[in-house]
Amino acid sequence: MSKKMQITLTVNGEVQELLAEPRELLIHVLRERLNLTGAHIGCETSHCGACTVTMDGKSVKSCTVFAAQANGASITTIEGLSTPDNLHVLQNAFREHHGLQCGFCTPGMITRAAQLLADNPTPTEEEVRFGMAGNLCRCTGYQNIVTSVLAAATEMSAAREAAE
Amino acid sequence: MIPAAFDYYRPDTIQDALALLQTHGDDARVMAGGHSLIPMMKLRMAEVPHLIDLQAIADLRGITVDGATVRIGAMVTQHDIIQSADLARAAPILREAALQIADPQVRYMGTLGGNVANGDPGNDMPGLMQCLGAEFILTGPDGTRTIAAREFFEAAYMTARAEDEILTAVTFAAMTGGYAYEKQKRKIGDYATAAAAVLLTKEGGRCATASIAMTNLSDVPVWSQAAAETLVGTDCNPDAIKAAMAAMDGDIDPGADNRGPVAFKRHAAGIVLSRAIARAWSRA
Repeated sequence: MSKKMQITLTVNGEVQELLAEPRELLIHVLRERLNLTGAHIGCETSHCGACTVTMDGKSVKSCTVFAAQANGASITTIEGLSTPDNLHVLQNAFREHHGLQCGFCTPGMITRAAQLLADNPTPTEEEVRFGMAGNLCRCTGYQNIVTSVLAAATEMSAAREAAE
Repeated sequence: MIPAAFDYYRPDTIQDALALLQTHGDDARVMAGGHSLIPMMKLRMAEVPHLIDLQAIADLRGITVDGATVRIGAMVTQHDIIQSADLARAAPILREAALQIADPQVRYMGTLGGNVANGDPGNDMPGLMQCLGAEFILTGPDGTRTIAAREFFEAAYMTARAEDEILTAVTFAAMTGGYAYEKQKRKIGDYATAAAAVLLTKEGGRCATASIAMTNLSDVPVWSQAAAETLVGTDCNPDAIKAAMAAMDGDIDPGADNRGPVAFKRHAAGIVLSRAIARAWSRA
């Protein structure tokens, strides 16, 4: 076993300091040490996107990032997007538009969609499909996910305009 | 899936990374985005007792277009390539290819340097770099050397890079004329069943120069000089494209795998090449 190393992560705005083996994956640190079980472990081979979190403004598959690589980074998980009493616009849109069935892929879908809309606040349907291509859903057939993301984009744009 | 234990290093300079490679020899490997290496480590198909993460080395980043010369640092990601306005002007084929690699999350992490240095026949950038006539810059304990992309790839996962060297950057001349990167894949995130990179220039309604490279149709990328030569002097009509397809077919050596039998790979190679030539010609 190799030596544990000191790792500092800013997770959902809170600084977390922990000791971890370099081989520990970011998803394991989030789920097992920080009890943030929103990001899921699906395929474990960087295909399905269920483990998607945001790392320094990039959507990443946290099953394919070592915690050591993330040392010093700022991480946002699905838990960081909202509180149970005050859902994120995307979460409401997924609920309104049936963007989920079993829900396993949903945290990854919404975390990825949040970054997609941060990069491109007014995407076309094609851009949503292309931008969400790293997240697999085995239930919905994707149509309602795309509808949900587009609805959230419209609502967020309207809110921005209202604020201006 | 947990990899075997390793020690982790994050050097700030190329010199520090080279020193770590010297110290640990065969037990050390450098890692760029990690999206080829980490899955292999998780499957325990790769064991890396000393892992050298290159993310903090500023000299490995950056895209510069200096007149007609393009230089891309090894740690530039596929996402960076897609976002670069300079590259979109100087070498738009890179953006077209990068958009067809993996998916958004992987493109945020996957790098140009890792894509070429890994020597995986399924990677898209090696063939594209051969098409562009790119050169790779390698830095080792004895200094820096340059090697042509067309001479770099020796066999699957075997390249001209020595164990104690790091691929630090890629350079090539800004492209002119028409271009296309055409890729057939089974699904998002898959490697190519077949892919073709085509660059060509047009003078007086005829093809003046051409460069063609094929991906995942041999142990190494295939730069097909024969296919390119058949196009020169023609107006890229259907017969000329058929002749280029036949010449290319003589240069590739696909193997059967779960993407299909050899005959299908050859068929797919012909189709992607014909589409790429037609699109490049329409843009020339």
